Amino acid sequence: MKQLQQLGIVLFLLGIFTFSSAIFMGTFSPTKAQLTALMTEKGISSKVFESNAVAALTNSSFNNIHSLKNALSAVVLKTNDDHRAAAKKKGISKEARKEAYGNIIYSAPKDLAFILGKASAKGLVAENSLLFFWLSFGLGIFGALLFIVPQVITEGPKGIKNNGIYKQNSTNKGFIAWGVFAYLIGFYLVLYFAPQYTIHWTLMLDPLSYALNGGPASQWFVYGFMYCVIMVVMAIRMYIKYRHVNYQILRTTSVLFFQIVFAFLIPEIMTRLQLPATDFKNAFPLDYDFFFSWNLNKLIDSGGLGLFILVWGILLTLVVVPVMVYFFGKRWYCSWVCGCGGLAETLGDPYRQHSSKSLFSWKVERWLVHGVLVFAVLMTAATLYSFFTGNTSLVGIKTQSIQNTYSFLIGAIFAGVIGTGFYPIFGNRVWCRFGCPLAAYLGFVQRFKSRFRITTNGGQCISCGNCSTYCEMGIDVRAYAQKGENIVRSSCVGCGVCSAVCPRGVLKLEQGPESGRINPTEILLGNDVSLIDLLNKK
Amino acid sequence: MEQVVIIGNGIAGITAARHIRKNSNAAITVISSETPHFFSRTALMYVYMGHMTFEHTKPYEDWFWEKNRIGLVQDHVKQIDTEKKQLFLDQSAPISFDKLIIATGSKPSFHQWPGQELKGVQGLYHKRDLDLLEANAPNAQVCKRAVVVGGGLIGIELAEMLHSRHIPVTFLVREAHFWEGVLPTKNAKLLNDHILSHGIDLRLNTELKEIIGGDQGKVKAVLTSNNELIECQLVGITTGVQPNIDFIKNTPIALDKGILVNKYLETNIAGVYAIGDCAQQTEVTGLRRPIEAVWYTGRMMGETLAQTICGNKTAYKPGHWFNSAKFFEVEYQTYGWVNTDKRKQEHEQHFHWQHPHEPIAITAAYHKETNQLLGVNVFGIRLRHAVLDAWLSQHKSLDYCLAHWADALFDPEFSNSHQKDLLNHYNTVFQKALKPVKKSWTRIFNPFSTKK
Repeated sequence: MKQLQQLGIVLFLLGIFTFSSAIFMGTFSPTKAQLTALMTEKGISSKVFESNAVAALTNSSFNNIHSLKNALSAVVLKTNDDHRAAAKKKGISKEARKEAYGNIIYSAPKDLAFILGKASAKGLVAENSLLFFWLSFGLGIFGALLFIVPQVITEGPKGIKNNGIYKQNSTNKGFIAWGVFAYLIGFYLVLYFAPQYTIHWTLMLDPLSYALNGGPASQWFVYGFMYCVIMVVMAIRMYIKYRHVNYQILRTTSVLFFQIVFAFLIPEIMTRLQLPATDFKNAFPLDYDFFFSWNLNKLIDSGGLGLFILVWGILLTLVVVPVMVYFFGKRWYCSWVCGCGGLAETLGDPYRQHSSKSLFSWKVERWLVHGVLVFAVLMTAATLYSFFTGNTSLVGIKTQSIQNTYSFLIGAIFAGVIGTGFYPIFGNRVWCRFGCPLAAYLGFVQRFKSRFRITTNGGQCISCGNCSTYCEMGIDVRAYAQKGENIVRSSCVGCGVCSAVCPRGVLKLEQGPESGRINPTEILLGNDVSLIDLLNKK
Repeated sequence: MEQVVIIGNGIAGITAARHIRKNSNAAITVISSETPHFFSRTALMYVYMGHMTFEHTKPYEDWFWEKNRIGLVQDHVKQIDTEKKQLFLDQSAPISFDKLIIATGSKPSFHQWPGQELKGVQGLYHKRDLDLLEANAPNAQVCKRAVVVGGGLIGIELAEMLHSRHIPVTFLVREAHFWEGVLPTKNAKLLNDHILSHGIDLRLNTELKEIIGGDQGKVKAVLTSNNELIECQLVGITTGVQPNIDFIKNTPIALDKGILVNKYLETNIAGVYAIGDCAQQTEVTGLRRPIEAVWYTGRMMGETLAQTICGNKTAYKPGHWFNSAKFFEVEYQTYGWVNTDKRKQEHEQHFHWQHPHEPIAITAAYHKETNQLLGVNVFGIRLRHAVLDAWLSQHKSLDYCLAHWADALFDPEFSNSHQKDLLNHYNTVFQKALKPVKKSWTRIFNPFSTKK
């Protein structure tokens, strides 16, 4: 059994190796036809660009995507210099000046490199993309499962098995954890800021992409596919680890369903049907660009369905989400539906113990998460102001630059690079705890107007600390349980693991009447009844 | 300012300190030689098993004590002068007190076995026992086999701990079944099976006779009462605990097995109190034992004594007995009294239901004439403390309790409640026709309301 698992690790690492080295593979020999296609796709009309690009790029072969991108950068730079010089030339007509300005290229060279590179890629991976799909994704999945599935037997009978979590390199911030950290950070940086390196990954997934949405795969298709695959594999691990707790099994199934169907399949199929692709479960302000003018315009221009999506999106945030939180707590969203939560609960589960439980972290958390919520609301207010009035700036600040700052800092760096990259170091809910504006909003509802609570079972707590250790949101659950108090914290995502790891049956997630939900206690149940009455009702 | 000094930073002493701080301005000093800060003793096993680090077992962050003006002294108390109200310590200067709370807990009982002083023989109680275990049995290469002696809660914990590091364990239990001194035989048998299912070499009706040494004064083997020689590198002695009161023996404080206290937790010396495992009640409540070495009772005594210290003189009058434990994967809770088959009271009868192939079971004790619920043991089922406490206070019948079982269930949502099987079994055994009643929050929250 152990050899099988070791073989699994080897195969998994081979898959990861193939996947990663695909970044550096291939040669690129763009043709004129490919250049023309690029110009059409990006709406580039500059003849100067065409002639510069033909001279610099065609008839030559680039050994890696990096040099192709550099060459493209140089072409764009040179072209734009020409156009700018032309536009500034004295004594030319207004039309000529306008045309010169119009010819300036604003597309980022990395995006141009992605398109041109993908069209012109040659080499082992490009010519055997299906084979490499199996050698990377296939091997990775198979190896991971070969490691995970035998745990049904190796981990012993069903029940909580956290044995050795703090003794193992991978789960106790050893060099493996730091390696995973570095890899995840690198992956997100490539994904967000250097898409040209994803060319070979997209080539591997093109067949699937064509089958689903009718077009080639972008880096976002790769990301969506990987998200689903990783969640499925790690969900199998969850099913094995928590097979004695039905709550965990149902919850895991639910996040899987919403990720695969709502976040991945439906938007892809909508694209195929030339409808505005939408993740119907993604609620504003997590979905921070919902009110951006390009989205509003897209929805408004898409007829009935577009309007439906618009109305649904607004209803989701203003009505559906808070009402559901009233009845079920924010868990219905954060740990049953949400994609970020879904990844945290599957891929992130081995790291859940690393969330800091200190009072200091709680303070940082409240400032940060509420700060992001304020930022998101202000940005949206500016966005809507600009949308309705046509003014592109508010109190002297350009709406566009507020949006860009938010997208970069919060949308990419915080939610992606830090949010997932820091799993092995700060725990699996870094984003949800410190950054998600939706979580902050739901938190208010959960804290002040909800039927949800984690009930503490009378006086049964032995202060062992399993609950606090394994709380991914960094709640010091024990602090409440050992006082006999229910847990009603705004940050609780209701994953239910505190209850699962409790050795004495002290914690239960449940919905009940609002009265008695918050129960500060002086003396715990089990002691003298009259003393309890005297002090607790004081 | 009144000087309250507490010896021992376990759950009893720390609970007292916290509650005294809530209700008074007294100067509080806690002395312990074990660790600088309070930790949860029950969680030591999880440190060895790698579920947590020792840091995680501390229920309060280190700044808590200074913020709440609870002075901590890490030292060992050598002598108590009750006349001059002074404590003499190993290293620091003497400490004066106005009120002294002794909460020094227990220590493992060793029964004078030959060879018990050998390296590799240890109990599991203190933080240092954990460190010792880490040295004696870090893995299955160093410790090829361990023998655990004593079929109680600490014994099975130790077996589980060693098992988690793949160290083969032989478990010597004096009784015919595991924990038969506390549990009805059917419950004890369920646990036997569970222990065996983990591959533990469980030896029932077997005692330790002698521990045999090898090189460098290390354990080599044990000899059992069946004259069987078992080679091992670790011997875990878990044959119970006794009050940790040696340092009090030459003081005027009255002792028996523990420090004798009245119902106000006062010793025979004015201003000196004892709580927790080390206290021995002279006026016991109900069926409770004079010495209760249980986390919960330590806490309750701490809560109660804090009231007295702060001027609200309060007798220790614990409510219904409850306890809990976990045996490998099987969680156990008990409420009220379920006596063993041997010690069953004359009017006490048991109803037992067990899952056909999983370690899930209920044993309810009831009054054979009135059908009143006397107590319940559950295995693999969680019950709501508040509901069970109310049922016991109201002398509810077993019929009522089983029909309203849904009110009491505390398992995670979507768990199988087993209520149907349980009731079917009950109805068959007693020729009754009970029907399950739907869970009601009104009943759960207002157990004493007369409304249905």
